[in-house]
Amino acid sequence: MTNAGTTVAVIDNGIGVPLRTWAPRFLRARNLQLYAGGLLLLAIVALVALAPVLTPYNPAATDPLNALQGFGGAHLLGTDNLGRDTWSRLLYGGRVDLTIAFLAVLVPFVSGVLIGTLSGYAGGWLDAIVMRIADIVVAFPFYVLVITLVFVLGSGERSIFIAISTVSWVAYARIVRAEVLVLRKREFIEAGRASGIGTTRMVFRHVLPNVITQAIVYSMSDIVMNIGVIVTLSYFGLGIVPPTPDWGGMMSNGQQFLAGGYYSLTLVPAAAVVLTSLALSLVGDGLAHALRIHR
Amino acid sequence: MLRYLGHRVLLLIPVVFGVITISFFLMHMSPGDPARTLLGPKASQHSVDLLRHQWGLDRGLGWQYLHFLGATVTGQLGDSFYFASPIMQLLRLRIPVTLLLMLMGAIFAVVIAVPLSVVSTTSRHSYSAAVVRGFNAVVQGMPTFFIGSMLILFLGLKAGAFPAGGYPSSGFPAQLRALILPAFTVALGMVPLLVRSLNASMTEISRSEFVAFGRAKGLDRGRVMLRYVIRNSSIAGISILGIQVAVLAGGTLVVEQVFALPGMGSLLMDAILNRDYPVVQACTLTFAILVVLIYLVTDLLYAALDPRVRQV
Repeated sequence: MTNAGTTVAVIDNGIGVPLRTWAPRFLRARNLQLYAGGLLLLAIVALVALAPVLTPYNPAATDPLNALQGFGGAHLLGTDNLGRDTWSRLLYGGRVDLTIAFLAVLVPFVSGVLIGTLSGYAGGWLDAIVMRIADIVVAFPFYVLVITLVFVLGSGERSIFIAISTVSWVAYARIVRAEVLVLRKREFIEAGRASGIGTTRMVFRHVLPNVITQAIVYSMSDIVMNIGVIVTLSYFGLGIVPPTPDWGGMMSNGQQFLAGGYYSLTLVPAAAVVLTSLALSLVGDGLAHALRIHR
Repeated sequence: MLRYLGHRVLLLIPVVFGVITISFFLMHMSPGDPARTLLGPKASQHSVDLLRHQWGLDRGLGWQYLHFLGATVTGQLGDSFYFASPIMQLLRLRIPVTLLLMLMGAIFAVVIAVPLSVVSTTSRHSYSAAVVRGFNAVVQGMPTFFIGSMLILFLGLKAGAFPAGGYPSSGFPAQLRALILPAFTVALGMVPLLVRSLNASMTEISRSEFVAFGRAKGLDRGRVMLRYVIRNSSIAGISILGIQVAVLAGGTLVVEQVFALPGMGSLLMDAILNRDYPVVQACTLTFAILVVLIYLVTDLLYAALDPRVRQV
């Protein structure tokens, strides 16, 4: 995925780098992507977290007399076919989706980074076994594994979380392992080992801090992918169980009304998905830039 | 080279073995009974038991597993529970659709991604690069099924330019036409990562000395771009494309479902829903072989294109 040794800082002397830029001067020196993405992300998280305060309706309350209403009026973003308030469902749905997406990054991140570091640092049979397991997980078609796992565990938040976690630690393990393999040959690691620092201390104090940045940057696109998976599973009816609002469920429900011209039912949750992903991508790029990782 | 190839092929066996073992036990652990699913809730327990006996499902899991392994190694995939026809026959119809979809998707992805990466490399920090980045971020955020259904709605139903779904059983040109929108959907899923990595490697290469030398020699920009930068970055591009195609082998499950294509993905989806164990096994086996073969071919291509790798 990423080439080894890319963490070496590049000293930019400014020669040969085009100076034309679309950002105004006062922003150019700062990390525009990181700030814009961070702000957008913060706004989304705040909206979703404050859902009970910001929404006047119960997201599950049906009101057939006011079904399929347009924007404005009593319902900010209109209502769906059962008369449920789209704005309320959007915010409450975001709570469900973002929580799982985030949790399903946290666990694979920790386990993947630890496994990758240990496997790369120890080498030998441990490394061989871990990498074969990683190969098997990768050779398994992703959706097949996730869908069968959701089947075995039953649909719902917990199953999606477990299914994603079983698969996505591999990416972290591989990224970190590749970094460790390069790092292991560096002088300061050899010096540390030669001076008798114990393995645990070496791994946690000297190896891990040097390899974790790549994994952090990757985790941003991983959240984006997780949102995609959660939404897709709900679309197939394998994800969040219906009365609970969720962006994927909203989109698949709205699709029946697309041909009738009711675009907003699908497009509003889709816009939420895209905006969230955009924010995360910007933060990811900004972080990569700030941490001097060239992807 | 031959030794390397042999070694690589040997390494594939445990991977494929692991995949089919896991899928066997996952499927048998999942709730629901194939005989009950086929016969329906009103069938008598006796007839369900008879069918289970006929399929060997009343035996121990260990026996079933060994039986399944033996049959797989000797190349007997058996019959589908649900369709009651030989699986080989089903696969022969379904595999070409998925392969064609993946191939067209990969071609579309390259055709879209290369110009975009050239734009964002040659004019870094400009408006056009910002547009490419924005496009990338937005497309990356869109779930595949959403892209697919929007394409169906606007290009298929509203504009009527392309078939909105389904797959004609004969006539190659018509089949190709039916795959245009699905392949485009597959391609859009691959483009963001492809552009990102191509852009990174193009930027790195255009900073290298031989490119500066080419420019100094007075070659025009287009020629330097094509012969020096794009050609060299294609090496990195191929390995990313390989990973992407392999990942999307599983993603065809979604695309085929959205466009109602009779490929491997929809066969597998139906098989999972019907608890059609033998078909699920055969499909995961095929997908696993496909994925490891793609990785193998990618690595070999990489070695063939970049002499530096071959020596190791």
